Amino acid sequence: MAVVNVPTTLLGLLEPEPSHGYELKREYDTLFAGNGRPLSFGQLYGTLARLERDGQIAVHGAEPGDGPDRKRYIITSTGVAQLEKWLAEPEKPEPLLQAVLFIKVVLALLSDRPAELYLDTQRAAHLARMRELTAMRKSGPLSRTLLADFGLFHLEADLRWIEMTAARLDQLRSEIVR
Amino acid sequence: MTYPVPDRRIMLQTDELTKNFGATRALNGATMHVARGEIVAVMGPSGSGKSTLLHCMAGIFTPDSGATWFDGRRTDLLSDDTRTKLRRTDFGFVFQFGQLVPELTAIDNIALPLLLSGVRRRDAYARAASWFTRLDLEGLENRRTGELSGGQAQRVAVGRALVGSPRVLFTDEPTGSLDSLTGEKVMDLLVEIARADGTTVVLVTHDARVAAHADREVTVRDGKVNEFLGAGV
Repeated sequence: MAVVNVPTTLLGLLEPEPSHGYELKREYDTLFAGNGRPLSFGQLYGTLARLERDGQIAVHGAEPGDGPDRKRYIITSTGVAQLEKWLAEPEKPEPLLQAVLFIKVVLALLSDRPAELYLDTQRAAHLARMRELTAMRKSGPLSRTLLADFGLFHLEADLRWIEMTAARLDQLRSEIVR
Repeated sequence: MTYPVPDRRIMLQTDELTKNFGATRALNGATMHVARGEIVAVMGPSGSGKSTLLHCMAGIFTPDSGATWFDGRRTDLLSDDTRTKLRRTDFGFVFQFGQLVPELTAIDNIALPLLLSGVRRRDAYARAASWFTRLDLEGLENRRTGELSGGQAQRVAVGRALVGSPRVLFTDEPTGSLDSLTGEKVMDLLVEIARADGTTVVLVTHDARVAAHADREVTVRDGKVNEFLGAGV
């Protein structure tokens, strides 16, 4: 499974409205932890502290609770710029990217950004890599061809997922948008 | 409506094509181009309009509006007879099912387009015979096409499409009925011959592995074309 970019994902969840750490964790786990890997509180608060230090989020008031005051976070313009850059940049085409692509699609829909465009960009990057591998499989011994085939079949699986997702964006939007 | 004549480097172009079948709009402003010698994959989901776009570019369908161009010449305004002649002399076709004539042998099928365009019988058969090595089909010249495997039959279809040295090869899911390995062999062959001869290729497919043989891809969705990065001109 490709590594999930937790800081940027939290930025994406914070963008629609300010939120507390605990709410962010609940939303993250609901949307993205279907693989049984919920976000730990240690990772959550450590990441929020780093994002605050780097000026990508800011504390936007606090509410007293039973324990320490609950900080409410808001995304800054630096954070929005970072999020946009990440969303628009295609991931390096390699097998098993679904987790990252899925997060991008969900965050784009949550923030009313063009999810379809990101999928198109990713499709183009995947096909460019597939062209390279296709050229490679024609030019070498069988061992090289089979290695290229391995990559091609996996990238093809990614592309099928991209097609299926692109065709069902409206349905996904209605399911997740608050 | 008038459209500017395309750049000389362009072999095929469509401008804002629309095409309806009854109440169904198959093309809805489809604009794309293919440079000379370029191999372009046209991708898209079922029903997106990609095959209709190919049929319009090849002069098989006439668009309801918009323009189609071949080598600087507007083809949607030509008469049916002129378009038929153009298809015979300048275009080759390979479809999912080879559409070979089953009663004829492999060599008859490859010689057929030459005979139809007036080449003498002896010359047509000599030229057809010379293709069997290139197609890796030596020894199968006199087999009826019904006796060939799917991959062999599709290679005969490639030979039949290219024997007349067309300037453009139109192909729609050329490996759609073949298994992966056989399909790869057909695509390797088709692309190798097209590149060697400088033939421009329009390759309609929903299969990314087939599209990866092209120089670039465009995607058709809801009758419109997205031309991505790396356009040929």
